[in-house]
Amino acid sequence: MTDVSLGMPQLPAPDYPADVRTRLEADAKEIISRYPGARSALLPLLHLVQSEEGYVTRTGVQFCAELLDLTTAEVTAVATFYTMYRRKPGGEYHVGVCTNTLCAVMGGDAIFSALQEHLGVGNGGTTQDGKVTLEHIECNAACDFAPVLMVNWEFFDNQTIESAKRLVDDLRAGSRVEPTRGAPLCGFRETSRILAGFPDERPGAVEATGGAGPASLIGLRLSRGESAAAARVVHPRAGATRPAAAPEPGAEHLSSHDAPQTTSASDPEHPAGPVTEEGE
Amino acid sequence: MTVTAENPENGAAAQEPQAEISAEKLLAPVLSAFWDEDGSWTLDTYRRHEGYEGLRKALAMQPDDVIAYVKESGLRGRGGAGFPTGMKWQFIPQGDGKPHYLVVNADESEPGTCKDIPLLFANPHALIEGIVIACYAIRSEHAFIYLRGEVVPVLRRLHEAVREAYAAGYLGKNVLGSGLDLELTVHAGAGAYICGEETALLDSLEGRRGQPRLRPPFPAVAGLYACPTVVNNVESIASVPAILNKGKDWFRSMGSEKSPGFTLYSLSGHVASPGQYEGPLGITLRQLLDMSGGMRPGHRLKFWTPGGSSTPLLTDEHLDVPLDYEGVGAAGSMLGTKALQCFDETTCVVRAVTRWTEFYAHESCGKCTPCREGTYWLVQLLRDIEAGKGAMSDLDKLADIADNINGKSFCALGDGAASPIFSSLKYFRAEYEEHITGRGCPFDPARSTAWADGPTDTTEVNA
Repeated sequence: MTDVSLGMPQLPAPDYPADVRTRLEADAKEIISRYPGARSALLPLLHLVQSEEGYVTRTGVQFCAELLDLTTAEVTAVATFYTMYRRKPGGEYHVGVCTNTLCAVMGGDAIFSALQEHLGVGNGGTTQDGKVTLEHIECNAACDFAPVLMVNWEFFDNQTIESAKRLVDDLRAGSRVEPTRGAPLCGFRETSRILAGFPDERPGAVEATGGAGPASLIGLRLSRGESAAAARVVHPRAGATRPAAAPEPGAEHLSSHDAPQTTSASDPEHPAGPVTEEGE
Repeated sequence: MTVTAENPENGAAAQEPQAEISAEKLLAPVLSAFWDEDGSWTLDTYRRHEGYEGLRKALAMQPDDVIAYVKESGLRGRGGAGFPTGMKWQFIPQGDGKPHYLVVNADESEPGTCKDIPLLFANPHALIEGIVIACYAIRSEHAFIYLRGEVVPVLRRLHEAVREAYAAGYLGKNVLGSGLDLELTVHAGAGAYICGEETALLDSLEGRRGQPRLRPPFPAVAGLYACPTVVNNVESIASVPAILNKGKDWFRSMGSEKSPGFTLYSLSGHVASPGQYEGPLGITLRQLLDMSGGMRPGHRLKFWTPGGSSTPLLTDEHLDVPLDYEGVGAAGSMLGTKALQCFDETTCVVRAVTRWTEFYAHESCGKCTPCREGTYWLVQLLRDIEAGKGAMSDLDKLADIADNINGKSFCALGDGAASPIFSSLKYFRAEYEEHITGRGCPFDPARSTAWADGPTDTTEVNA
């Protein structure tokens, strides 16, 4: 939106094709019916329009405005306030690296630098194949699993530079990827539909990866007299995604790819880690 | 493995270790008691562990009596502020002819805080049962769970748990024949830390930008849709069923007079065993580290937060502070969310504070000037200092700007932004000065990473 306008206002956004409009309207009405006040449906409706086109388009803004009897300016004001709404097209997988203090210190900065170099994109950039959008994110409430990555808002716990690189390679190769906590990945649009409030209908999605991650259980195990060492188990992710991988150093470890790497170091070019500009 | 506190590494800072008490005696899992069972999130599992029994007891009481009971239990808010939960419920005007609402704050985003998300992932029915009890008490027919959007695995479990609860008659028309009609809506946010502030959360839930409201009027009088509204943290509401089921005396048998009960402590950072530890209020960080293997081998505690980045930093002097509302307050900080982020001697405090300050600047909603402008300038100064371009006068300037944010902002986000500045200058001013005189950061960030010391099979203890 950096084009200089010379006085001509933009034409109204085109409408959705009729069949899309009919389908989305039915969904939107169901969402609106959940709330005593219609406007409360705006956040879920913005997730819904993201599930259609992968980002919040002008058409999507127009659609929300019409259904809630708001102006497009009012809808845009809300859409631009929240970080989960994309304002431009993005990849099928949103890869978020936590670089808030704790994860950053524990390796998040190094992972984020390494992924930028590995993928050849900067913060908010999307790979040429349209598969991965890389972004640094704020604390995602998983500090006991640091450093943490989120892919389409599923948890990838206890990451290393190597595991993160393999993860994005797997995503770009189209392999089935499973998080340490959460369901096997679906695309960004499908995820947006869940966020709009439509339950994930895929068989096994709710129960995937069990009740709690290992770190969540440590206190419970100690309270039963088990030792901390026995209680501390790192989640395996390798088994599902790389069944045929050759044994790697540390493969005797429960999750070889998550085992601490000895070769890693921070990006020497950016010893202080990613420095972000305010606003973008 | 025997856990002892013997370690020369920490000897200088540590006082004589306290009499050793085992983890079995110190911890008291309640909400987390069956997180390791198969299908811990399901209604079946929850019922096997006396699930929804607290609700039956509540429904046999008068609503006002339920409020009084929760008040007498002494339960205080687990979201940071520690306000008595029963008192919040009591503030709702009854017989006013307006709808009442319960809004559960599940926007867990405070840096370091990671208790509600694992709780909801492993045991969502504890929250739903608490919601039904609270709505019966405050006479609400519609409740909302405002869940931050960035946690889809939890959203899935909540969708499923709510579906199960409707099917079993715990939600919907005439709950368990009590005459209570109750709708529960799960609402996913869209990425904004400020929405954890209760009035910003209400604006967000009304479909607006999440900006805090002027108080008064307080939400208890004019909250969601300008109607009386209770906003409670997940853990606060999820603790209610156990209080009703096992009794307020049982609850008060844990913790202290003013900070009774159990709670979830979240240990993270450079510790041997990061994770969730549920126990009575008033446990100390030293006890938690002693039982869990201490700091990572060969390192010592440098600084920590008792309850997220908005609570002033503490150091190894404070290992024996009782982690309850009064104890941490007396040490000059706040209990907050009990997010115990521990950093060892490899960590640069300036780097840590810079990153937190960048976070506050990013998340400032922009409504009030001290926070919007102040956090911006703090970031500029801190980046300069970390990059070796600072001047000694910048340190006073930092403190001055933080002073102009603290207490002068519209909401607590500003106060939170000032906390790491004040506390780090108080305990680590010399380290700031070292950045200035040495023209740069003396620390190697590679030494702080989780993998810096290579794979370790053995666990040493050095808390």
